[in-house]
Amino acid sequence: MAHSARRDSPELPDLSLLKRLVRDQLIYLLEQLPGKKDLFIDSDLMSPLDRIANVSTLKQHEVDKLYKVEHKPIVSISDQICFLIRPRMQTVKWICDVVNADKAAGKFRRYKIIFTPQKFYACEAVLEEQGVFGDVTTDEWAFYLLPLDEDIISLELPEFFRDNFLAGDQRWVRTAGSALHLLHSLFGPFSKVYGIGRCSKMTYESWREQVEQGEQKARHAEIGNVFLIDRDVDFVTPLCSQVVYEGLVDDIFRIKCGCVEFGPEVTSSDKSIKVMLNSQDKVFNEIRNEHFSNVFGFLSQKARNLQTAYDKRRGMDIQQMKTFVSEELKGLKQEHRLLSLHISASESIMKKKTKQDFQELLKTEHCLLEGFEIRECISFIEEHINRQVSMIESLRLLCLLSVTENGLLPKDFKSLKAQYLQSYGADHLLTFSNLRQLGLLVEQQPGETLTVMESKVGKLVNDRTAVKLTDAFSSLAKKSHFRALSKKLNLVPKSDEEYDLRVPRDMAYIFSGAYIPLSCKIIEQVLERDGWTGLEEVTRLINGHEFAVTGADPKSKSDAQRIILVMFLGGCTFSEISALRFLGKERGYKFIVVTTAITNSSRLLEALLDNNV
Amino acid sequence: MMKSKADEEDYWNSSKYNAFTFDDADDELSALKETKKAVNSIGPLLAEDGEEDWERVSWSGEPVGSISWSVKEMAASNQRADREPAFPKISTETPSLGKSQSGISLSSLFKGKPKGGNLQTFNDVLGDPSLRLYTPELRKPKSEYKDLVSDWSAEETVQRLQQGKGVTLEKFRSLQDKLLLLDLAVAAHDGNAITAVLIYLKRTLCKEVLFRELESRQTALRHFIHYLTENREQRLLLELLRALGRTEEAALLQYKDYKNIADENKRRDFLKSCLSLQFGGEDGNHVQDHYTLLERQIIIEAADRKAEREGKLEVFQKFPRKASILNMPLITTLYYCCFYHYNEPEGTFSSPLNVRQTFKISEKQYFTTALAARAKLKNWTDVDAMFNSRNWLGFSKKKSPLSFQRVVDILQKNSAPTRVLQEYVGLVSDAELRIGLAQKHKCHDIVINTYRDMKDRQQLAEYRKKVERGSAEERKIDELLSNQQIRWKN
Repeated sequence: MAHSARRDSPELPDLSLLKRLVRDQLIYLLEQLPGKKDLFIDSDLMSPLDRIANVSTLKQHEVDKLYKVEHKPIVSISDQICFLIRPRMQTVKWICDVVNADKAAGKFRRYKIIFTPQKFYACEAVLEEQGVFGDVTTDEWAFYLLPLDEDIISLELPEFFRDNFLAGDQRWVRTAGSALHLLHSLFGPFSKVYGIGRCSKMTYESWREQVEQGEQKARHAEIGNVFLIDRDVDFVTPLCSQVVYEGLVDDIFRIKCGCVEFGPEVTSSDKSIKVMLNSQDKVFNEIRNEHFSNVFGFLSQKARNLQTAYDKRRGMDIQQMKTFVSEELKGLKQEHRLLSLHISASESIMKKKTKQDFQELLKTEHCLLEGFEIRECISFIEEHINRQVSMIESLRLLCLLSVTENGLLPKDFKSLKAQYLQSYGADHLLTFSNLRQLGLLVEQQPGETLTVMESKVGKLVNDRTAVKLTDAFSSLAKKSHFRALSKKLNLVPKSDEEYDLRVPRDMAYIFSGAYIPLSCKIIEQVLERDGWTGLEEVTRLINGHEFAVTGADPKSKSDAQRIILVMFLGGCTFSEISALRFLGKERGYKFIVVTTAITNSSRLLEALLDNNV
Repeated sequence: MMKSKADEEDYWNSSKYNAFTFDDADDELSALKETKKAVNSIGPLLAEDGEEDWERVSWSGEPVGSISWSVKEMAASNQRADREPAFPKISTETPSLGKSQSGISLSSLFKGKPKGGNLQTFNDVLGDPSLRLYTPELRKPKSEYKDLVSDWSAEETVQRLQQGKGVTLEKFRSLQDKLLLLDLAVAAHDGNAITAVLIYLKRTLCKEVLFRELESRQTALRHFIHYLTENREQRLLLELLRALGRTEEAALLQYKDYKNIADENKRRDFLKSCLSLQFGGEDGNHVQDHYTLLERQIIIEAADRKAEREGKLEVFQKFPRKASILNMPLITTLYYCCFYHYNEPEGTFSSPLNVRQTFKISEKQYFTTALAARAKLKNWTDVDAMFNSRNWLGFSKKKSPLSFQRVVDILQKNSAPTRVLQEYVGLVSDAELRIGLAQKHKCHDIVINTYRDMKDRQQLAEYRKKVERGSAEERKIDELLSNQQIRWKN
């Protein structure tokens, strides 16, 4: 970052411990099935598994062949089969089919299912129903937490969002509680826990119970405070286009488990390459939190420095040259490689964004955030739909419109929905139904929230006054919660002021100075006030479930008190992480972000399409 | 206390030949916790000693290898040592248990009896090997276990469910007991436990009673719906939704089934059968459109496939179809019709105008699609004709329901030549915007004329640097700049 950090930032605890623990546990589990075995892995477990073990680890423990779970008949000839899967009924059904097919063919094998991070009764019920209970042994691999970087931990459970918020299924609450419990026992004891949202509250309770049931070693705390937040507290932020480098890379190339695959358009060869994106990459580390407009400048400065460093070798004598080659050259070459990679990536981003009229898109988003020229925004969205430009992008804009405006006017809703279905297919009826259920895309009900109060007041006064009142109420009701929140928390900086993106003055820089992410602003405010006092209006608008509890009195004002674990239930974006990093630097905190998964607008909305069930 | 410990050791020793292995550290740990908790409940006097005893029990009995050791290390970090001051419980909205109050099971009355406590420790250990059994008695027929196992109260059962341990639910036979179990699981906020209880309820209650009870239990209901969805129990789910009066959801759920029908004729017939369902809001009309569209696509597809094969129509030769039109969205179909059937009379099914009429497509939408299709074919005459309108004096004037800026955009994306682009760039009314577009698309004349009209001498001089040396544009600028007639503003 361009601005200077507070020098006394505390040290982060070493999260790689988490990796070692789960690796050992996996090995232990594999050894429970001695002898050669084939391993079938759920496709979405492959990348997380890659981060903690490699093939040779598996081979060392007598895994013979590796397969991906594909819900098709298997070809394995091994007499021992191990399935490493997420606890999903359909996957278990497939395994039952495999077992039953073997039985029918008179083939005898040993089967073991390792559920991760835990098993569910519903899955075991499938085994029972399909008549293979007892033929298959089951185990749990408590792989709750995958550290993606020194300050990011992911549960790698993207389905958390849909299951919890759309279906209202609380199956992952205990998982989240256990994950927190693990962190507490390794890096705690925590002294304060803040939170907002229904799921946060339940997670807190689950964690607290687990703490009570277990025992806690008295140890030196490395993480002092915890903040739990539900994704549905703030839908606006993940619906915005990301413009900070890391977020932008995620929006365009999709970062998977901390790794990105750059296609031929970036590598300028016919091959794709996979690159790890984390703080180990020195170039990336310096630009990841930067607004994209600064990235080019930064990279070219870096290139000049590199040139100077290379140039040093001119005029060196043999001895100096030798030292240069052995000490510096390798580092320089590495930097050179990374630099050219990120330059090509930036170029590719530029090309893609110019093609899709990014500027116009951002303008619309900013207008929506500000509540300015809404009619123009609607016609922009309409044209977007008419031209059949990206289905997800259109949906994103519609949702952003609905969330910021507290619903669409009935006539707009009707017409936009009809046009959407015409452009992208009638099956999106189901998508719309999901979005409505979640409150992401709804029709405005005039005066809906106030009808109760209205009728009460209505009884007290005569008819004519009641009519006036109704008018007053419905005009009130049209004010969106987001607008009220935005005003209360100053989320949208005044547009007439110049915003220097190179020297950010607040977290709004992650959205070009147009908007401070609501989620991060709440965190900032609560930490500043050490609780929710004074934020009553805000929590009322968000629909509450806030809490702040104190556990152990911190024995000393140790550094741990300035290490804050923020747990996002339902996913968080890279932009939010960047904003928290900024906040940490400003206030002398260090944040560790724990999230059920890294998300962005596309992932969020894709989870709500109805083509997967 | 000592006795119970001895019992355990006896058990473990004797069970070794059973090839029992710990599933993982968590089970081990939770078993440990469970036992310890029970031990603690015996009495504060004994508990202190008990804790020390516990430390020394080498209770797994398995060879200590490096891996299992490290796994245990993890578990160990959760055991032993002083308690931290506990975090307070915060009130979460727990559903009222009032309904089931009367149904507190007999076994829960025994809770807290010293004997019961002791037996429980025994139980927990016994229970674990049969960890995954809903009906342990089937596999462990020893009658002594059976009685003990079924001694768990509803609270304990739910707690065990939460910890992922084996339970037996068969003893909860009265409706009150079943509902108490469900309400406790809901109060514990554990979806896994809630679903486990629901599976049991589904098996042991008739639909009518189950549906009725779920209606007043929203959290449980949502879990049940999700369970049925995941387990693909469509029929039961539909019954449930209808019983709850949620007909709109039921209609959508039924409609969704069309995705599983691959054959287009069967799919069309299925969609037709959906028309009588009770959809909410406008959804019924949308499903009607879906049906009409597919019906039409089937007709168009059959005719066009034939025409393509016979090679009679030039357009299919020049631009072979890339894919079938079946199951495409309406706008894609309209585009297709504008591409292959643009000039057909309105009476045919594939005529764009007919499509527009049938599906009430807005003028703007129609215009956008037709423009893109004709531009793709590079049929600039058609494109030009789309904008023509004559006023009452017979003068033709270019009009568009779409902003000319967007028109240029669409044309440019379909690689229109500069000569065509120029015409529409010139029609953009906002001067700034016009200059921007003209510069982008290299329509020099427009840039130059606009600066002339704006009397902006400086900008014009600036632009001179951008055009090619010695070109006609450069000459034009020079002429203008030396023109004495123009009253420049700068």
